[in-house]
Amino acid sequence: MPNMQKKYQLKIPSQPENLAMIRDLVGKVATKVGFPDDEASKIELAVDEACTNVIKHAYGGNTDETIEVLIKIDKDKLVIMVSDKGKGFDPDKVKMPDLGESIKVGRKGGLGICLIKTLMDKVEFQIKPGSKNQVKMVKYLH
Amino acid sequence: MEGFDVQRNTNGGVSILCVKGYLDAHTAPELEQAFQKLIDNKEYKIVVNFENLSYISSAGLGVFMGFIEDIRKHGGDIKLTNMQPKIFRVFDLLGFPTLYDILDDENMAIEKFNAS
Repeated sequence: MPNMQKKYQLKIPSQPENLAMIRDLVGKVATKVGFPDDEASKIELAVDEACTNVIKHAYGGNTDETIEVLIKIDKDKLVIMVSDKGKGFDPDKVKMPDLGESIKVGRKGGLGICLIKTLMDKVEFQIKPGSKNQVKMVKYLH
Repeated sequence: MEGFDVQRNTNGGVSILCVKGYLDAHTAPELEQAFQKLIDNKEYKIVVNFENLSYISSAGLGVFMGFIEDIRKHGGDIKLTNMQPKIFRVFDLLGFPTLYDILDDENMAIEKFNAS
């Protein structure tokens, strides 16, 4: 891996229009450290899903709050932490939704956490509502 | 960054939405509005052409989940076409191909509507 900065940190208002900027940074860092395009795309999507959850659920659409994205580069992996100070949730209660059932009732959401778990190699949650909720996502280089 | 755009065309009795750019939590409401307009006009045979879509998140997929049941109840469908592999992969990861008609080409979707 080329000699490069080991940490990138982004503190950004909880506005949906900022998702593209977050994806752009994450994708560029992932590519720079050696992930092929398809893997970099998966990392971008996982981080988008985590940030979208913060905007929609943790902050309930309030755009005056802050999302923190920390990207750490290790020699064999990329670690990305998305943090907020909003409402928490119980990650153990999040199940893969039955898509057929969701469609029947017109449910449009509930896919984000499942996607994150599918796209990344390791996902951990630390939930302290109002103080600090954090999703830590890891992708190994090989 | 490229943003999002949706253009509406018609072919016979089929409405075609051509989506372009990225579809995420910020841009999904634009596509929802486009679907709502079609439903308000009782246009239930809908093709969505993804040829120029470069990114989709679950917020984008949610748009298709929210409208499909109502559209099918009225004898219509949403057929999805011309996806780049990276877009198809997201639909595939969440099991959409078993519940949605995903086709290689817009014309195939129009022909299926016309044959039904």
